[in-house]
Amino acid sequence: MFGEFEAFLSILTFVPALGALVIAIFRFTARNEDQGLIDRNSRWVAWLATMVTFGMSILLLANFDTEATGFQFVHEVTWLEQIGLGYRMGVDGLSVLFVVLTAFLMPICIMASGAIKARVADYMIAFLLLETMVIGVFCALDLVVFYIFFEGGLIPMFIIIGVWGGQNRVYAAFKFFLYTLLGSVLMLVAMIAMFLQAGTTDVTVLLETEFARDAQMWMWLAFFASFAVKMPMWPVHTWLPDAHVQAPTAGSVILAGVLLKLGGYGFLRFSLPMFPEASDYFAPMVFVLSIIAIIYTSLVAFRQTDIKKLIAYSSVAHMGFVTMGLFAMNETGVQGALYQMISHGFISGALFLCVGVIYDRMHTREIAFYGGLVHRMPVFAAIFGLFAMANVGLPGTSGFVGEIMTMVGAFQVSWWIATGAAVGVILSAMYMLTVYRDVVFGEITNPKLENITDLNRMEWLIFVPLVIGTLVLGVFSTLITDVTATAVNHLISNYDAALAASAQ
Amino acid sequence: MTADMLSQDLSLLIPELVLAGGALALLMLGVFLREDKASGLIQWLTIGLLVAAGLAALFLVSGEGTAFNDSFVFDSLARFSKTAIALVAAIAMLLAMPYLKTENLGKIEYPVLVALAVTGMVMMVSANDLIAMYMGIELQSLALYVLAAFNRDSLRASEAGLKYFVLGALSSGLLLYGASLVYGFAGSTGFYDIALAVESGSNVGLTVGLVFVICGLAFKVSAAPFHMWTPDVYEGAPTPVTAFFATAPKFAAIVLLARVLMEPFGAVVDQWRDVIWMIAVLSMGVGAFGALTQQNIKRLMAYSSIGNMGYALVAVAAASQTGLWALLVFMSLYMVGVIGSFAGILSMRTREGMVEQVSDLAGLAQRNPGLGWSMTALMFSIGGLPFMVGFFGKFFVVYAAVQADMMILAVLAVLFSVVGAAYYLRIVKVIWFDSSDIEFVPSAVSTYWVARIAGLATILLLPVLGWLVFRAYSVGLSLL
Repeated sequence: MFGEFEAFLSILTFVPALGALVIAIFRFTARNEDQGLIDRNSRWVAWLATMVTFGMSILLLANFDTEATGFQFVHEVTWLEQIGLGYRMGVDGLSVLFVVLTAFLMPICIMASGAIKARVADYMIAFLLLETMVIGVFCALDLVVFYIFFEGGLIPMFIIIGVWGGQNRVYAAFKFFLYTLLGSVLMLVAMIAMFLQAGTTDVTVLLETEFARDAQMWMWLAFFASFAVKMPMWPVHTWLPDAHVQAPTAGSVILAGVLLKLGGYGFLRFSLPMFPEASDYFAPMVFVLSIIAIIYTSLVAFRQTDIKKLIAYSSVAHMGFVTMGLFAMNETGVQGALYQMISHGFISGALFLCVGVIYDRMHTREIAFYGGLVHRMPVFAAIFGLFAMANVGLPGTSGFVGEIMTMVGAFQVSWWIATGAAVGVILSAMYMLTVYRDVVFGEITNPKLENITDLNRMEWLIFVPLVIGTLVLGVFSTLITDVTATAVNHLISNYDAALAASAQ
Repeated sequence: MTADMLSQDLSLLIPELVLAGGALALLMLGVFLREDKASGLIQWLTIGLLVAAGLAALFLVSGEGTAFNDSFVFDSLARFSKTAIALVAAIAMLLAMPYLKTENLGKIEYPVLVALAVTGMVMMVSANDLIAMYMGIELQSLALYVLAAFNRDSLRASEAGLKYFVLGALSSGLLLYGASLVYGFAGSTGFYDIALAVESGSNVGLTVGLVFVICGLAFKVSAAPFHMWTPDVYEGAPTPVTAFFATAPKFAAIVLLARVLMEPFGAVVDQWRDVIWMIAVLSMGVGAFGALTQQNIKRLMAYSSIGNMGYALVAVAAASQTGLWALLVFMSLYMVGVIGSFAGILSMRTREGMVEQVSDLAGLAQRNPGLGWSMTALMFSIGGLPFMVGFFGKFFVVYAAVQADMMILAVLAVLFSVVGAAYYLRIVKVIWFDSSDIEFVPSAVSTYWVARIAGLATILLLPVLGWLVFRAYSVGLSLL
């Protein structure tokens, strides 16, 4: 029904920006004494805009044809046509779920921002712009449009970390920005090289273009520089713990839930289908880096004293499963990687929200500060427990499906890789259960914790959809795999065909 | 020469005639009116004059061709550049008016000197002969020397003027020496004849002459290693003069450089490309690293302009149609960013007077949201970060470099842009993350709107970017 309505996807992308514009107009035209009023109302505008986006993303998913290959809801506008650039949007099975994930997490982030009291209007504008940028990345079908959305997201995130972050926020904001920018500019040069070779920046055309083997190698490395930093992969992950720890709760949720998926999505959209020979050539390197990431960052996570940092390192480890599954380049592996990304969006987002709950009450994230929370916060203990288990990969939660599928996929390539990943699963149980025990169980030894209160109504509202999502996806895995199956099969058959052609 | 031919020649010079005649008329008007009455009137008339010249270049000059025995050329490149130069100079003049009033600098010479400098610039971009080129350069330079020292009671302004003059004279000397060598070996000062001489086989004399000409012009665009004067002059000169320096003269000089290199010396591109390559990389490096530790925002803008001229030179080094239109798009978008930023800097006035430290911007996003947001957008735009429109300037420049197979230059350019991003981010950090209790007094209406409109333009130009690219693109096609 929406297939004929061309601009649907663009409207979906820009609804949050429109919300930001509305807030900005009031922000700039109101008198100074009315700014408090604007701040209060901006929450509602932001919530409304994100909910409309979420509703539209559900419509998008409902009207998405899972059988069809190729892009749907395509919207093209001529723009700079003399040189071959255009504004092109569209989704396929690889990207549509990320749009839904982003739109799902955003209203939750807005609701979880109750602790933000200063400069609320600016905060909401930054978040809404960020949502437009992230959804734009997943919908862009043009290299340059993709790059603009990809890098444009840095600006609101820089402001979010820097203004509403913790103690060391300026350092973290700069590190986040410059690190990711440095990775991405090399990709820009590679994009230009592709543009010159294909004569267009249209992704659908580029997917059909064959690049020479040598060119593929360089381009793959340039794209890798960008996506590996975004992912983040070991050893370029060091920006992530800083950014996560310093960002406000909602910022961490978006960082872990959505921004980390941009790298994985980039591999799926560009590196694997456009540079198959190079992907095949570099796959062993990616496997090694993934295994190092899984094992090493799990060990690092185990030694953390700050809960947020621990979860940040655990995110790096979980992203290791994603890269491993992607470069296994078989159906199970890629499906698993996609599954892992979606599920990690729920789980890590929820874990950061859990940290936010106790941080808002006690203003510290030190593990040693806590202990015995189960006596005062039974509901919180149950929810935190569920997500801790999901993070470990307990069967019945969505985390299990993703991990097991990526490992099965990797096993088909080499059992060594799968073994390394399995070690990571054990280690993840080690650090996650330890932190859970230290924070939740035991007796309350810290007198400051005596009066800590359980979840309030708003926090219930925030966690219920995440709990449902994690459990439902843990049982009904076909909800995701059905949507992605056609696109993944198409990707893999093209990949194999390209490799077979080059082998001759 | 018959009257017919003369009028044909003169029809190509309408913008120059408007400007030169207008400037002289305004000077007379100023002399005969009482100073306090005259200055405001003449300032407005100058703005009108500049806009008229810009529109005349865009619409009134119908044909394209050469005049005065091929020493003056009016082509699409000249049309584009003249329009841009005159319009940005008009905005710079608009920004200067409230400043001159409050600082008691409202002398009638200021607008007249601006008009004369712009006359020189519009001649530079049309120069098709070494002598015409030198005439244009000197006309603009002499006016600019005086403008730099316009606040003659200020020690720093006088120092800036003197420094600019001495170093400018040196560079003019280099340029003249190079021009005389080229003339000696080519047998003519006309660009067409030089091109013929160059094509018929290059010789050492021509190459050495070209190198000297490049050095002289590099000084005018403040490219490293000829950039030494820039920070001091930018800092010392009155802020509206700096705003003017940073925009129109840069555009004129870089277009002239591109024309000299691509037209008379287009055949020996292999010989000069390495020189420009080197200057471009040095400029980008000096600009990026030099700005990192600057505390004075005008000095910072000086290094930023050195760095950005490096990017412009990357487009010149590409030596192609793409390079030429990329250069024009880049410079146009860059000027939007710079003129807006200087409007922001001119708004930095407390009760005690102008302030110009980066730290004075602290907390601007809170105490003056409109200006704070505008400056943020402008900084990101000059830095070439998406989703601001300035990104496309840099993007096309790198595109031209990759197309010309200069991969290393392209990679260096994007890497230096990351270093550059660090200091633009530092300004954004001061605006957003820091707080202070400095209060700026409300700025003049014109300054207020220029800062905000330029800030908005960094995003609103995106959808209509196609038009600008189209204009520049047709310039690129019609030349070379």
